Amino acid sequence: MLKTLVKPVAPNMYRYDEFDAQFVSERVNQFAGQVARRLSGELTEDQFKPLRLMNGLYLQLHAYMLRIAVPYGTLSSKQMRKLAHIARTYDKNFGHFTTRTNLQFNWIKLVDVPAILRELADVEMHCIQTSGNCVRNVTADQFAGATDEEIEDPRPLAEIIRQWSSLHPEFVFLARKFKIAVGATEKDRAALQWHDMAVQIVKNAQGRVGYKVMAGGGMGRTPYVAHVMHEFVEREDILAYLEAVLRVYNQDSRRDNIHKQRIKILINTIGPEEMRRRVAREFEELKRMGTLQLPQDELDRITAYFAPPKFETGLSDVLPDAGPDFANWAKTNVHKHRAPGYAIATITLKTPGQVPGDATAEQMDVIADLMDQFSVGEVRVTHEQNLVLPHVRKQDLPAIHAKLKELDFASPNAGLITDIIACPGLDYCDLANARSIPIAQSIAKKFEDLDRQHEIGELKIKISGCINACGHHHAGHIGILGVDKKGVEFYQLVLGGSGAEDASIGEIMGPGFGEHEIADAVERVVNVYLKARQPGERFLDTYRRLGMAPFKDAAYEKVAA
Amino acid sequence: MLTANRLRDGDVLYRKGDGWVPMLADGDVYKDAAAAEAALATATAELIRNQVVAPYLFEVREVGGRIQPVKEREIIRAAGPTVHPHTGKQAGQVNA
Repeated sequence: MLKTLVKPVAPNMYRYDEFDAQFVSERVNQFAGQVARRLSGELTEDQFKPLRLMNGLYLQLHAYMLRIAVPYGTLSSKQMRKLAHIARTYDKNFGHFTTRTNLQFNWIKLVDVPAILRELADVEMHCIQTSGNCVRNVTADQFAGATDEEIEDPRPLAEIIRQWSSLHPEFVFLARKFKIAVGATEKDRAALQWHDMAVQIVKNAQGRVGYKVMAGGGMGRTPYVAHVMHEFVEREDILAYLEAVLRVYNQDSRRDNIHKQRIKILINTIGPEEMRRRVAREFEELKRMGTLQLPQDELDRITAYFAPPKFETGLSDVLPDAGPDFANWAKTNVHKHRAPGYAIATITLKTPGQVPGDATAEQMDVIADLMDQFSVGEVRVTHEQNLVLPHVRKQDLPAIHAKLKELDFASPNAGLITDIIACPGLDYCDLANARSIPIAQSIAKKFEDLDRQHEIGELKIKISGCINACGHHHAGHIGILGVDKKGVEFYQLVLGGSGAEDASIGEIMGPGFGEHEIADAVERVVNVYLKARQPGERFLDTYRRLGMAPFKDAAYEKVAA
Repeated sequence: MLTANRLRDGDVLYRKGDGWVPMLADGDVYKDAAAAEAALATATAELIRNQVVAPYLFEVREVGGRIQPVKEREIIRAAGPTVHPHTGKQAGQVNA
């Protein structure tokens, strides 16, 4: 029995006020009524489908899937325990953390959904806008408020954007879904440039803090990296500027072709310069009206929710010596914290052989205990399907590592070749053409040897089971796209993508590999890198220097690798 | 064969006669397109009963004396996720 008795800690994060609580409660009651009307036949499936999607409820291959919003990836231990309870009570004892930092349950019954939503509302959670053509869950850097690299914590702005975009009357029926991310460091951990719109908190030449706004990034059938819309938007103008971008998108985007309805298509059709001109015109109009200025006292009020915890002083800033396993884990999974004596710890849900992003109810409960015991009751979900304990004392790291070993979540592989992103794929998803998870598992097992992983160094593999690219294959150093050929799964290799500050779109290598060939092909590609790399080069750097040819020759076995 | 999901819980169902069964092996195999289309038309007309959602036809073939879907998607749908063999119909579970 892994469970320990730990006193819950309330972390510094946004708490619902009366308005929020009433809004979510009314929404639960509204959807409960819609479910009842569907079950009684008062609503047809065609009428009900858009309503359930607005509440994060999909019908997938085996059952309904419920997607729960985790705003900017921040969860309290109380919320984590509730997710464990829902997994145990209403699902098959596990949940799946997604690349949008949400959590999905795969075996939900329609009749149970009202009860689940009520349970979620009890811990200030919901599923609103986790699906449909609206502004989706706002994501942020998972190291927010903990890293010394940031200009300021991006979560207050992310929360303000969440509130502004929740049931915004103009943007409830957009042409397509719209994803926003916020970051505050030069190092991009939130894939900012791959978003429909992104805000990077920056300082101008005078040292004033403001916002760089980007738009038009996106994965899917037609991948694009975002364009800069404005290098520096003043603090009080940020909502007006974001509204201007969304308004231009809403008014000018196509609605006649599902493949051309994202903002990336609009911007790359009219050109970024014309988009900036149209946005500037709307922005001036919004500023002239003066109704969307962000008051400093409201920014201060929201920021206060995210005040840093009281860090102890006088702690040793040295990593404890706790044996080779711990040292290996610390090497990849422990990161620099803003406070001396503290660290940020990544829990990779990627032990080779595991389903990337999955956690059982028992694992969630123990992680909630770790959150309370060691990280002020808080965890972050990352877009790479991992969890992060943001504020841990270095002296506590060995105890955390020991507990994670019991959970089988202590793999020392953050950022390495076995830390693979994979969408649910054809094992669950109604849209998928091929399975993603078994491919991730077979590659992770092939590269399981830790010395080999460290020798290879940073290498991001990202796998999608269809062109919708939920597994971010366009942004993988090595991306893999599953395709269907007459009912049989094949896998295309895509090389040279990046989801970081050096964002780039991966290049398709050529014809796909069979289910049992793809892991070997990946190994041959990696072997080319190991032979050809220059000192200090990551896989991505070597690929950018050499181009596709040598990797392609090796993958298709035209040369030995 | 003809398949759908049950409305109240999403469970995968297969058409048998005038009703639905949870296991592919128990479902009806239509010998020609006309019979299959007729079954689909009947099931579509019955949607008003609010028992199932989104009925559609899919191809099967006989493999080693057993009926098996042609496409991987339907093989997985009939059995459950390949990565969690303890779940789904392969584990004897019905999502009811």
